Amino acid sequence: MAKTLPKVDVVIVGVGWAGGIIAAELTKQGLNCVGLERGKERKTEDYFMMHDELRYALRYDMMQSLSKETITFRGNERIRALPMRQYGSFLIGEGLGGSGVHWNGQNYRFLPYDFEIRSKTIERYGEKKIPQDMTIQDWGITYDELEPYFDKFEKMAGISGEENPLAGKRSSPYPTPPMKTTPALEKFRKAANKLKLHPYNRPSANLSEPYTNPDGVSRAACQYCAYCERFGCEYGAKADPVVTVIPVAKKTGKFEIRTHSNVRRVLKSGNKATGVMYVDTTTGEEIEQPADIVVLTSYVFNNVRLLLQSGIGRPYDPVTGSGVIGKNYAYQVQKGNATGFFEKEEFNTYAGAGALGMVVDDFNGDNFDHSNLNFIHGGSIAISQTGLRPISNNKVPKGTPTWGKEFKANSIKYANRVLSVGGQGASMPFKHHYLDLDPTYKDEFGDPLIRITYDFEEQDRQLAKFLSDRCVDIMKEMGADKIESMEELGPYDITTYQSTHNTGGIIMGADPSTSAVNNYMQMWDADNIFVVGATAFAHNSGYNPTGTVGAFAYRAAEGILTYRQKGGILA
Amino acid sequence: MADNSKQQEKKESLSRRKFLKSSGIAVGGLAVGGALGSLLPFKDKKTNNPVVKNQQVAENYNLALMYFTREQFKMVEAATERIFPADDNGPGAKELGVAYFIDHQLSGDWGFNSREYMQPPFFKGEKVQGYQGRLRRREIFDIGLRELQNHSLTKYKKNFVELSEEEQDDILTDFAEDKVNLTTLSPSGFFNMLRSSTLEGVYSDPLYSGNRNMDGWKMRNYPGSQMAYTEVIDKEFTVIPPKSLKDHLGH
Repeated sequence: MAKTLPKVDVVIVGVGWAGGIIAAELTKQGLNCVGLERGKERKTEDYFMMHDELRYALRYDMMQSLSKETITFRGNERIRALPMRQYGSFLIGEGLGGSGVHWNGQNYRFLPYDFEIRSKTIERYGEKKIPQDMTIQDWGITYDELEPYFDKFEKMAGISGEENPLAGKRSSPYPTPPMKTTPALEKFRKAANKLKLHPYNRPSANLSEPYTNPDGVSRAACQYCAYCERFGCEYGAKADPVVTVIPVAKKTGKFEIRTHSNVRRVLKSGNKATGVMYVDTTTGEEIEQPADIVVLTSYVFNNVRLLLQSGIGRPYDPVTGSGVIGKNYAYQVQKGNATGFFEKEEFNTYAGAGALGMVVDDFNGDNFDHSNLNFIHGGSIAISQTGLRPISNNKVPKGTPTWGKEFKANSIKYANRVLSVGGQGASMPFKHHYLDLDPTYKDEFGDPLIRITYDFEEQDRQLAKFLSDRCVDIMKEMGADKIESMEELGPYDITTYQSTHNTGGIIMGADPSTSAVNNYMQMWDADNIFVVGATAFAHNSGYNPTGTVGAFAYRAAEGILTYRQKGGILA
Repeated sequence: MADNSKQQEKKESLSRRKFLKSSGIAVGGLAVGGALGSLLPFKDKKTNNPVVKNQQVAENYNLALMYFTREQFKMVEAATERIFPADDNGPGAKELGVAYFIDHQLSGDWGFNSREYMQPPFFKGEKVQGYQGRLRRREIFDIGLRELQNHSLTKYKKNFVELSEEEQDDILTDFAEDKVNLTTLSPSGFFNMLRSSTLEGVYSDPLYSGNRNMDGWKMRNYPGSQMAYTEVIDKEFTVIPPKSLKDHLGH
C-alpha cells in the first residue's frame, strides 16, 4: 500500500529549467512546493573531473540510464517500433537541473512568425502552400504577448548577446554583451556580410562577464574551456537551474526537493488532479503526494507518458486526427551543413563555449520568400565554436579510408583545420507523427514506454538541401580549400546524434479541440494541471528551444498564481 | 601563465574545491582566465617538472588484464595497431596502450551494456532503429575475436597475430566490408566497435590506460583538460602543452 503524505500547495514533477523556474516564482509568493526529481542531487562542486570526453560525452554519465527506461521508435505505422537501446539521436537528461545542466547555452527566442505560423503562411502564400497532412496551427499567443517572459528569462539567465536585426522586437537589450569572437567566427561574419546576410553573435547563456541577476544570484564569466554540451559547468558560468532558479526557490524555505523520486501516475478525481504517486527509488516504496496543483515539468517524453498512463486528457488518434495528447511531435532538421577543409590555416577549435557562435537568420522562418520553394519555414545557419573534442571529431576529406595509415595521417593533419557551418532546420508537424504508449516494451516498473512514430518528410528533404546549399555559399566565401556538404537528408535515423530538441505532444493553442493546454500551459481538461516544457510547441522552429521553454515557464508561473487566486480556466 | 602569482598561490593555498564554492562575485571580479589559472593550484607542483627527471620510471600496475585472455589481448593489440598505426606523426595504438584501454572498458559498465536497455523481446529492426541484439559488448568481443582468428586460419593458415601487416589489413577489411559470413554477429558491427574503441583509447584521458603519456593529444596539438582558454580564444592558433585530469587533483 502506498504511503500518503500531507497535502502541499503545488507538486512539481521534474526539477529542470521549467520546474526550477516554476518553483522559484511560486515559492517567492509563499506557496509550498514539492519538487520530485527522479535523478540525483547536483552541485557545481561535483564537476571536479568534468573535462572527460569519454565519461560524459561518450558514456553519457549525466544522462538517464536507458536500462531503466527508454523510448521506442518507428519511422511509420507499418514498422514494428523497437526500443532505443543505446543513445544516439538525442540525450535524455536526469538529475537535478535536468537537461538544463548539460545544454550548450544557445538561447534564442522563436520568431513572431512561429506563433502565428498557419495564419501567416496562408496570408502570404495561400492555403495551398500547406500540404494536406501538415498539421501546423497557431499557438494561441503572439510574440508580443510572450515578449515580457522572454525578457524575464534572459535577465534571470544573464544572456550575452547582440541585437539580431531579423528577430522580433525586444523591450530591452541583452543583459550582458556578446561573447568574444574568434578568428573562425570573424571569417564567418565577413563572409556573411559579403553575401549581404545579417550575421550576429549567438545569444549565449555562457556569461560573457560576471553578472548578478534580478534574483540576486551572482555568477562568474565563461572561461571558454570547451566543455558545455553533455557537461556541467564547474564555474557556474553557464546558466543552469542549479546555479540560478533552484537556489532562489530553496532560499524561501518553501521548496522541498526530493531526489530519487520517480513519478509514475498523476492521481485524479473527476476532472481534477489530486496529486501524484511516485516511487522512492532508493527503497522501492510507493508514495502518494497530494497537492492542490500538479505541474508536469519533466522532459517531453515523460510529460506525455505520464498523462497517457494516468488517463488524463484525450489521447491523439492519428487515423481521425482527433484527440490531443501525443499530437504534433516534432524534432529538428539538423543535417543541412557544409564542412570546409583549410590547408594553410589552423584554428583554436579545441577552445570554445557551448553557445559561442555566429548566426544568420536570413533563411529562417519566413524571413525569405518561399513562393518558389517546396517547403515552409527554414532554419538558422551558424558557425559554432563549442570545442572540438578529439574522440568525436576526426573529420577527413572524402576518399580517405575510415581507418589505417592514411586515416591517421589525415585525421591528425586536419584536426585543427576544419570549420563547419550548419543549418538548424525547423520541423513541421504531420498528422502521422505522434507519441503514444508502446504495446510491448516496459520500463523498470512495468509501465509502458513512450513510442515515437516519426520520419523526415519531403518538406524536410527540401529544407535540408536548401540550407545545405546556403552553408556552402558561406563556406566558399570563407575561403575553404575543400568543401563537403550534405547531399541528401536520408531517413530519420535514431542512431546518430542530431539534437535534443524533441518537441510537441501536449501542444498549446486557443481551441480546446485542437490543443491540450492554453497559453498558460493549463490543461483544458483538468484546470489544476499545468504542463510546462517543449511539449507545448505546436511545431519546432529553426532554433534551440530552451529560451522559448523558459519564457513559457514564466508565463505558466504567472498563470498558476492567478489560478491559485481565482480558479477556473484562465484563457 | 603569469608567474607573479606564485607567491599568492602559496599564501592563499586555495583548493579548487574551495574556489568553486566561493565562486561568483569574488572571482568574477578578477575575470581574467590567466589570473584564474594561476590562482588555482590544480597544477600539481610535482607535475610541473618532467616526471623522469626526479624519479625512475615507476612501475605501472595498470598494465594488467581485467577481461581478455592473453591471446585475445595480443589480437586486439595487433588489430588496433592496424587501425591506428605508428607513423611519422607518432606512436600507434599499441604504444598508446589502446588494448589495455579496451580490456579495462570491457570489464566495466560499457562491457556489460549496463546503462542500456537490454530487455526482451529482441527483434531484428531497421538500420535506423539501431542495435537490437541481445549480446553484451564483452560477448561481442569474444565472438568477434574468435571469428577473426578463424578467418585468418581459413584464409592464410596462420593466427591473426602471425600475419603480415598487409594480410592483417586484408582480414580486417573483410570484416569491415561484411565479406565474412557469420551467423552470430555482424562482422562490420564488430569492426566498427573495434574502430571506435581504438579512437577512444587513443584520445581519452590517460586515466583510462590509453593515450599513454598524452601522446595521442600531442600528435594533434590537443591541449587536453585545461581550465580556461580566455587568453587564446580570440587569438591565432596556439599550441598549448596538454594537461590531464590528474592535474586537476593537485591540492
